[in-house]
Amino acid sequence: MNWTAIKSIYVFEMYRFFRTIAQSFLAPVISTSLYFVVFGGAIGSRIQEVDGITYAAFIVPGLIMLTVITQSISNASFGIYFPKFLGTFSEILSAPISFIEIVLGYVGAAATKALIIGAIILVTAFFFVDFSIQNPLAMIAFLVLTSVSFSLFGFILGVWAGNFEQLQIVPLLVITPLIFLGGSFYSISMLPQIWQSVSMFNPVVYLISGFRWSFYGSADVPILTSLVAIGFFTGVCLTVIWWIFRTGWRIRQ
Amino acid sequence: MPDIVQINELRKSYKGGFQALKGINLAIRRGEILALLGPNGAGKTTLISTICGITTATSGTVTVDGHDIVANYRAARSIIGLVPQEINLEPFERVINTVRFSRGLFGKPSDDAAIEKVLRQLSLWDKKDNQVRELSGGMKRRVLIAKALAHDPRVLFLDEPTAGVDVELRKDMWDIVAKLKADGVTIILTTHYIEEAEAIADRVGVIANGELMLVEDKDTLMARMGQKQLDVLLTDPITEIPAALQSDALELSEDGTTLIYTYDTRSERTGITKLLADVAAAGLVLRDVQTRQSSLEDIFVGLVKEDAA
Repeated sequence: MNWTAIKSIYVFEMYRFFRTIAQSFLAPVISTSLYFVVFGGAIGSRIQEVDGITYAAFIVPGLIMLTVITQSISNASFGIYFPKFLGTFSEILSAPISFIEIVLGYVGAAATKALIIGAIILVTAFFFVDFSIQNPLAMIAFLVLTSVSFSLFGFILGVWAGNFEQLQIVPLLVITPLIFLGGSFYSISMLPQIWQSVSMFNPVVYLISGFRWSFYGSADVPILTSLVAIGFFTGVCLTVIWWIFRTGWRIRQ
Repeated sequence: MPDIVQINELRKSYKGGFQALKGINLAIRRGEILALLGPNGAGKTTLISTICGITTATSGTVTVDGHDIVANYRAARSIIGLVPQEINLEPFERVINTVRFSRGLFGKPSDDAAIEKVLRQLSLWDKKDNQVRELSGGMKRRVLIAKALAHDPRVLFLDEPTAGVDVELRKDMWDIVAKLKADGVTIILTTHYIEEAEAIADRVGVIANGELMLVEDKDTLMARMGQKQLDVLLTDPITEIPAALQSDALELSEDGTTLIYTYDTRSERTGITKLLADVAAAGLVLRDVQTRQSSLEDIFVGLVKEDAA
């Protein structure tokens, strides 16, 4: 394992993050604050408690997940697409490193950025809502798993994308609806039976449910099912990346 | 010592059947400067990209200092540096960071003294904290070289290092290449410019249509170039060279109007005076006289045209 090379990619990617620090930090903080004001304050005051929790507190885990998932995908996809776009990726290809090391460097940096932003949102939430975390270790584990698995997904997206439009289209058309329909702002049990069944095909439901369980001890689906689902998603992403690695698809002609 | 780079029957075909490399065989000697000449699309960049790991070969093998570039890619690539043709750099990154990144990427531990040495060598030390986008085109090219040298490679590939570069910077590049050679680095550069190959190369290879047409010591090529031809244009065409004029160096053009005399400019006697006297003695009337020199360019163009035909 060429750890020096992994570290180089990781540090270089983190530099990019800190160079655009205002954009990196402020944007998610402002948008989350707006969610709290609109959903928590304006709408939440008219909604009864959900599963014994105030609505404002109920949406905290969902909001964190929303941001961590979108940030993981955009960081990782941009991180790998941008060097491809600039042509600097040829240097990576000519370096004495394996594809595993490339993935570790880029995905590690993307996941770290998403985790940092997730933590910032958690802290921001304390300013708006009164809540506590029952199972902090499980919460951290869920955050790490989510950011890693969706960074892997973002990496695949960035390798696949041939232009900036393609880079945007999957998050816009697939991921955002999945997150919004994944129970960020409501409990799945509030839906009619038929939509509850449909929701079970949405992988994000398991993530948000499991993450909410780590906060309040209650969940839409059993915690073990959540873990299996996220494990399965990570496995699929790793398999696709392994295949990209084997074939050089969209990477090496 | 064995050759540092060994290329055997290297082929590269793209989807759709285009053959970029058609069985290249080439041995690159340790410590030499090899210039690869060829027109656009000849396969120069594909050859370099394949050796460096950016594209994969369809068949054939390459070893670098005895390490196979596929089976033992880590050992092979860690001693190779590549300066790409296009100026591909992160525009918002600082110069010193991009060079540090390259060193780490090739597995070398961070070493500020080594980075400083490379940046000073390329007159970039004053610009080390500038963002890449603030630099001129020539400076950016230096940054590319600095990145390629950051891990102390033993073999350096320069893909058209002086394309679109002004005369002064081109001379600077040649100086840099000469210094690297003095340090024992083997250098392979591609170029369109014949004068560049003449100025700095030890050997010259010509590539056209994915094939290596020739590889020769530059001095051998220069010797060929030392030959000049004298065209003696006659007023009245003749059918054969008069017996008194018969010699290996003299030919008659197909239409019979021109006597073509080949001679060596560097020899003490070129034989021109005698030839002209003999021509007059044979009763031939001269219409005009002109000389031609076959340059490396002529040889090059000849080879490329031959291949296209």
